[in-house]
Amino acid sequence: MTEAIIHKQINVLILGATSDMAKALAELLARKGYQLFLASRNIKRLEAFAADLTIRREIKPELIEFDATDFASHQDFYKGLSHRPDWVISFFGYLGDQNLAQQDWAESHKIIDSNYSGMVSILNIVAEDMEKRKQGTIVGVSSVAGDRGRQSNYIYGSAKAALTTYLGGLRNRLYKSGVHVMTVKPGFAATKMTYGLDLPKAITANPHQIAKGIVKGIDKKRNTIYILFVWRFIMLIIKNIPEAIFKKLKL
Amino acid sequence: MIPAKKNIANWNNYPVVPANEFSFDYSEELPFLLEPAKSMIARGNGRCYGDASLSENVISTLKYHHILFFDKENGIIECESGILFKDLIDFLIPGGWFLPVTPGTKFITLGGAVASDVHGKNHHKEGSFSEHILELKLMTADQEIFTVSKHQNTDLFFATVGGMGLSGLILSVKFRLKKIKTAYISQKQIRTKNLDEVIELFEEYKNFTYTMAWIDCLQQGHKQGRSVMFAGEHTKIEELTVSQQKRPLQIHSRKSLSVPFNLPAFVLNQSSVKLFNSMYYGMHRTKQNAIIDYDSFFFPLDSILHWNKMYGKSGFIQYQFVLPISDGSEGLKKILNKISEKGWGSFLAVLKLFGKQKSLISFPMEGLTLALDFPIRKGIFEFLNELDVIVIDHGGRIYLSKDARMNRETYLKTYQNAEEFQRIIKKYNPGTQFESYLSKRLGLLD
Repeated sequence: MTEAIIHKQINVLILGATSDMAKALAELLARKGYQLFLASRNIKRLEAFAADLTIRREIKPELIEFDATDFASHQDFYKGLSHRPDWVISFFGYLGDQNLAQQDWAESHKIIDSNYSGMVSILNIVAEDMEKRKQGTIVGVSSVAGDRGRQSNYIYGSAKAALTTYLGGLRNRLYKSGVHVMTVKPGFAATKMTYGLDLPKAITANPHQIAKGIVKGIDKKRNTIYILFVWRFIMLIIKNIPEAIFKKLKL
Repeated sequence: MIPAKKNIANWNNYPVVPANEFSFDYSEELPFLLEPAKSMIARGNGRCYGDASLSENVISTLKYHHILFFDKENGIIECESGILFKDLIDFLIPGGWFLPVTPGTKFITLGGAVASDVHGKNHHKEGSFSEHILELKLMTADQEIFTVSKHQNTDLFFATVGGMGLSGLILSVKFRLKKIKTAYISQKQIRTKNLDEVIELFEEYKNFTYTMAWIDCLQQGHKQGRSVMFAGEHTKIEELTVSQQKRPLQIHSRKSLSVPFNLPAFVLNQSSVKLFNSMYYGMHRTKQNAIIDYDSFFFPLDSILHWNKMYGKSGFIQYQFVLPISDGSEGLKKILNKISEKGWGSFLAVLKLFGKQKSLISFPMEGLTLALDFPIRKGIFEFLNELDVIVIDHGGRIYLSKDARMNRETYLKTYQNAEEFQRIIKKYNPGTQFESYLSKRLGLLD
């Protein structure tokens, strides 16, 4: 671990903290003694988790209400934090229903706002602050679904593609200020979002693997990480199929 | 929520049933789950031996596993029902606390422990798990949350402990812990020549907190029931070596082995079991004082992951019964005679002494309990029915958490409070929303 940990408390803000990946990460960071700020739309759902961290890991996380799609509230939310975060890790997102979204703008809108607009809104604010402080780490959880549009989930995928591009631009902007931005593309993940889906085990990561991968990625200042190496390879192939062929595939 | 469709079986791999598995993180999600599906049952880590936690729809509690409250001065803890005993122990021992009662595996959930009202090697002194519960929270079929204890909603409390999940879904449990000074057990190991000797030993050692015996069930005549008895106490600091005294509560992680695949059925036959039993008996001479870590003492089999695969793909039945103390060794001898006649010995036969028990539906009663494993093979069910007759005749009963095959008649004859149990369950679960293959097979709710 870096020296900073020994000298100074690291404050980590986790957005969308009720997700399985977020909780696995919080658990891992609590073991390391980091101070946690867990933000979620429904903090009641984090109370048992927070009690457990306080009892088992002797870390008392702060729980803060945060609604990703209530853009107007983001400025006050960030200002209201008791500490400036050293790391901001953003997990929120919404898979939605592709078929419904095709016919129903409300569903499409929700997918776009939850996965993209909300991220832009809050991370703009975080970026301004970290740029001024000339330090910090921002991690955005995007998706391999954003690497190429497919008929089965292109509305979700396109929002994630926009997010990936946004994070890339942010990384470029903040590099000179010493702020690191990392994009995470977990591939298939065994989480609540995908519960009940029959995902192939060999290429499905569990939340603990994802949490470990994120911490390792931050330590090594990686730019974009796929949790399981095989996904880098899978997406390389998928991205390189000529569009003339790709459009005929059932993916 | 989309349930996961899978074929599931519990630890003994029998029966295997297709099921929709639901999962939840917050209790607020439960009403939503309870609504759509008809018959369902809570399921923890699948370590019971049978169909008690199997149904068309199962609600996995494994993600509902937080510690909610801990009073480290007085040793009181409250946890959500899906927490594993292993995780509890890992947390508790460094602070000098231990579970008041634990069965022979730490891979069970707290909710499962309550629904089975589990017992350990200390039942004769400290009772079953329910003895130590201060209160628990339960969601019943009409989605109401009840706080129940020995003093509050007592009917529901006693229908929940040992009640096989039929009264509702256990949300959280608050219970008393046991103070320990070290993570070690001082163990005496005594070899006996036959059953009468080991029964005398249980009497002689009844002031020891922990006692149990491994018994060779393939011996006949004057060697029948030859055993190795173990008696243990939590080790005092001064009994430890100087180096152990520096870290008396250190957790030991043992290396674990694993049985990687189902062994073919012929591996466990009469000769191999007989050989194993003789070797085991031969290796365990009487030894007065040994200090061993808690893990080896309480959970010897946990170090062999997937040991259940030793019995092959078709699975096995663990037959655990208790016979009342007044029966002496008569019924036990009859059962051992039957087993050795048949030659269907089990190499994990465990004998324990139960003390008095307040029970509505809990398994223990004052007496001796024996647990035997039988691989599933042709004729096994008929054979076990014959053993049931002896258990009935001698006033005993069979452990529901280990049962996969008993019939309704045997249940009704051996669980004296069956009617009262059913009456209470019907009050809180009138539409039989909580229902398992066990409850259907035994007609627990009919």
